[in-house]
Amino acid sequence: MWKWLHPYAKAQTAYRLCNILLPYFAMIAVLSLIVGWVWGLGFAPADYQQKDSYRIIFIHVPSAILSMGAYSSMAIAAFIALVWQLKNAELAVIAIAPVGAAVTLIALITGAAWGKPMWGAWWVWDARLTTELILLFLYLGVISLYNAFEDKGSAGRASCILALVGSINLPIIHFSVEWWNTLHQGATITKFDGSAIDPSMFWPLMVNILAFSAFVGTVVLIRLKNEILLCEKHRPWVRDLVKSQTQNVTSEIGDNNAV
Amino acid sequence: MQFNSFSDFIAMGGYGFYVWLSFGTCALILLSIFLDSQFSHQRILDAVAKQLDREARIKKAKQESK
Repeated sequence: MWKWLHPYAKAQTAYRLCNILLPYFAMIAVLSLIVGWVWGLGFAPADYQQKDSYRIIFIHVPSAILSMGAYSSMAIAAFIALVWQLKNAELAVIAIAPVGAAVTLIALITGAAWGKPMWGAWWVWDARLTTELILLFLYLGVISLYNAFEDKGSAGRASCILALVGSINLPIIHFSVEWWNTLHQGATITKFDGSAIDPSMFWPLMVNILAFSAFVGTVVLIRLKNEILLCEKHRPWVRDLVKSQTQNVTSEIGDNNAV
Repeated sequence: MQFNSFSDFIAMGGYGFYVWLSFGTCALILLSIFLDSQFSHQRILDAVAKQLDREARIKKAKQESK
């Protein structure tokens, strides 16, 4: 049943798949990012209480969702890498970590910039904020653990274990607003009894969530390609790839000289 | 459009500083992670090309010394 998946364990096939997927992800990311920001900043109505300051929601919520989404996919990749010893899954962990750290940083900064006018403080040591900060440190831990080892085999295994162990933080982040008394508000979109947000704000928010997802996908694909190339740089197919690209450049120069 | 003029849009009803701080840093971080990924792709390709070049030169030198 899963046999069609087997060829993708090969680095070259995975690299080719990345190249096929990349333009679609990039296109969706650019389009929805433009639509989402213009809609959120200029056309969505102002909130009756928070006025225009609530517009930060259009980047704060998507980045917070993606910070956890990226971590989940990283943890799944780490699990696959540890159980089935797939090199590509290990490379995916390393490709996702910096992107996840970037969106977590965005969630923290936009949260601070929203907290200052609404709560009167840039930062409070509240359950939601603290667990999200721990998430950032987990990402940084995975990255630095991978870079700390000379031998990339043990580096990959160590960072996969850290990524997997750190996933315990995900449910804690999600339920932190229910388990503890916090300044941070509870869930709005993911409530089981329907969403508590007006459609005029819900749809631009959805477009922005799509935009962030597609952006994270795009950058992860680029970074995964990089990791595959680094790992396989002595293999013939990478050499052929580089050769064909340099030949293209020289032939272009040749053409220009001919004219 | 929710705003009557461009200066209204920039002011964001008095919350301009916080809104633009958020969107500005967000754009900056997204752009830097994207550019970093793009540039390191080029760096890796250049490094492999350099290595190939080096190997070709060594091979040539060996043949000439024979």
